[in-house]
Amino acid sequence: MKSNPVIALIGNPNAGKSSLFNHLTGLRQKVGNFPGVTVDKKSGTVALSGAVTATVVDLPGVYSIYPKSADERIVTDILANPAHPDYPDVAVVVADASNLHRNLLLFTQVADLGVPVILALNMLDVARQHHQEVNAVTLAMRLGVAVVKINARVGEGLDLLKNAVLQQLAQPEPVAALFYDPAEDLNGLLTDVKSQYKLANNYLALQYIIQHDGFSFLDVPQRQGLDKLIEKHSFAEQPFQAHETIERYKRIRHVVKDAVVDRRPLDQPTWSQKLDRFLLHPIWGYVLFGSIMFLIFQAVFAWASIPMDAIDGGMAALNEWLHETLPAGPLTDLLTDGILAGIGGVLVFAPQIAFLFLLVAILEESGYMSRVMVLMDRIMRKFGLNGRSVVPLISGVACAVPAIMATRAIGSWRERLITILVTPLMSCSARLPIYTILVALVVPEETILGLFNLQGLVLMGLYLLGLGSALVAAYVFKKIIKARERSLFVMELPTYKMPRWNHVGLTVWESVRSFIWEAGRIIVAISIILWVLASYGPGDSLEQAEKEVRQNLTGQQAEVIDNQVAAARLEASYAGRFGHLIEPAIRPLGYDWKIGIALLSSFAAREVFVGTIVTIYSIGGGDGDENNATIKEKLRNEKNPDTGGAMYTPALAFSLLIFYVFAMMCMSTLATVYRETKSWKWPAVQLVYMSALAYLSAFLVYQLLK
Amino acid sequence: MSNRSVADLKIGEKAVIKAFSDQWMSLKLLEMGCLPGAEVCLHCKAPLGDPICLNVSGYCLSMRKSEAATILVE
Repeated sequence: MKSNPVIALIGNPNAGKSSLFNHLTGLRQKVGNFPGVTVDKKSGTVALSGAVTATVVDLPGVYSIYPKSADERIVTDILANPAHPDYPDVAVVVADASNLHRNLLLFTQVADLGVPVILALNMLDVARQHHQEVNAVTLAMRLGVAVVKINARVGEGLDLLKNAVLQQLAQPEPVAALFYDPAEDLNGLLTDVKSQYKLANNYLALQYIIQHDGFSFLDVPQRQGLDKLIEKHSFAEQPFQAHETIERYKRIRHVVKDAVVDRRPLDQPTWSQKLDRFLLHPIWGYVLFGSIMFLIFQAVFAWASIPMDAIDGGMAALNEWLHETLPAGPLTDLLTDGILAGIGGVLVFAPQIAFLFLLVAILEESGYMSRVMVLMDRIMRKFGLNGRSVVPLISGVACAVPAIMATRAIGSWRERLITILVTPLMSCSARLPIYTILVALVVPEETILGLFNLQGLVLMGLYLLGLGSALVAAYVFKKIIKARERSLFVMELPTYKMPRWNHVGLTVWESVRSFIWEAGRIIVAISIILWVLASYGPGDSLEQAEKEVRQNLTGQQAEVIDNQVAAARLEASYAGRFGHLIEPAIRPLGYDWKIGIALLSSFAAREVFVGTIVTIYSIGGGDGDENNATIKEKLRNEKNPDTGGAMYTPALAFSLLIFYVFAMMCMSTLATVYRETKSWKWPAVQLVYMSALAYLSAFLVYQLLK
Repeated sequence: MSNRSVADLKIGEKAVIKAFSDQWMSLKLLEMGCLPGAEVCLHCKAPLGDPICLNVSGYCLSMRKSEAATILVE
């Protein structure tokens, strides 16, 4: 027996595969990529016995081994290629027992490919509620494989499953006859393929014929050779595939008839269906959807502010304490004004991201998200999108990177590309820091109609602006980009379920952790670079600037002089020079050179903006009280050198807000778009159109409000 | 014989699948359990009348009206 066997989990969407995966692997899981492709790979380890620890790989949910979208392709690519590093020693096919008929289609296909399989029967409790009784023994006899009853939701039957896997590993079952043998109808062609490509399995040979264009392990001459064979035998792929599916179902029906006692009363709508009548109601459906979205924004803004204020205050206190405790000098300054200021700028937004992901995960878990897709498909279609585009768009509110990866579920290339191009317009959590600060700065904290928080309303307006512009942009792209294949929207609606709280918790934890870790690293790095650039200048220019100020200001209060000196030094530094260099370009938007520095550094990632502003104002503010002020107070105290009034006027704040609604300032998103579209063309298109949109609208807003 | 399709059903109306008018679409629909001879029931429609939700072989399937129109019923 192998000491580290690979177990693959395979199953229909909503069959309970991911629950089983979480129970088997516990916290011993990691997310990566399948070799050579960007599809997410969730894998983990499970101890099967004292000596054997297996790697469990969670494959994307599919209905059959004929893929319809990018992430489905990986399943057949692995199962048809025994040389693939993730090729399973045992495949566990998870089947929804309440819908056995359809779930067995995939099972019989996987088994026929010659992969060692075990059938895990899940959701027997749901089947029982539907008055269906599944006889696992009969099923095992009829299918000729081990069948294990599990309850993936609560983690029952895992020991039985592990034993079955061990048994399968110890004595691989002799290959049984194929459930459906394509050679019955295609003997000549299959014999040719098997002899030319050294295959033993008829069904695998059939997959070579039908799917060779999608198989990464075949080279061009091999693919051309298969095309020639298809021509020689004048094989028609689609009718045959239909024939195969119907044949399989015919045989499955006999198996199910023997193994399942079905006492379902006819014509009784289940409670899930009754709920659908309300949730998909012409009026109430949209009212409810709108209210849920509204609730999310109120929650993100109003409820999250309590932990956020605590974090913000805590960081300011820590900073003050460090300033007092540590000896004064460049190293202390770097730690407090550079690193700590940057970290604080990230940490403070963790509560908002946690709230957002918490609510989105609950919607996803409960089964409501699929209804949202149905609800929105008709509208999305007008914009060249698909009901399935709703999930990337909503996830885009958290972060565009996973959102763009989620577009893989969209089958049509055009709809997928358009979704990718417009998703970054959805206001991601990295914009939230900028929104929150600027909104809090210029929008009074008032309650309207005794219910709504005005700041929350403005925030929601910004998100709606993002959504609106995404739809308009999609419409424009729809006119430009030509379709490669047909659009498709056939989707199973899962029944409503109570969210599994451990899944929700895991999602929230993962997102907060990756935000803090991924964004945090960039921000700290940039904060340090920035601090250096802002603290040093060419030659002795900083000292010269300081001398000048001191000469001009003799006789003034010491505190005023200190502030002026710090400002002059910043202006003379590398960062200051850089800011001045680009000032002419951003003047029309109302920005000065300090904001210019922040704008430039935030090209790497938007969330750097706030950190940068804080770093610059920490340095510029001298050693007075301001150093220990919270971010908000620092911005409020910033004076416009030309007018003497507040720097952050509503006109400037809204101009900045609009700029960040549209601006494509995220390296990781551009890199992800490159990976997903495999060309630099699309990220370039995205960068250009979004930057132009950002600049022009910020210009308009500032000039109109000024 | 009339060429009625699933798209012509009223809410709550039942029918038996007879054939498909679109081969490419039929592959996907077959996999999802829409088989010739299977009974379907139009369970509800999205607010704008499209997509529709079908009950077929014990579960709920949503699809666009244009797609439902390729499923011919008796």
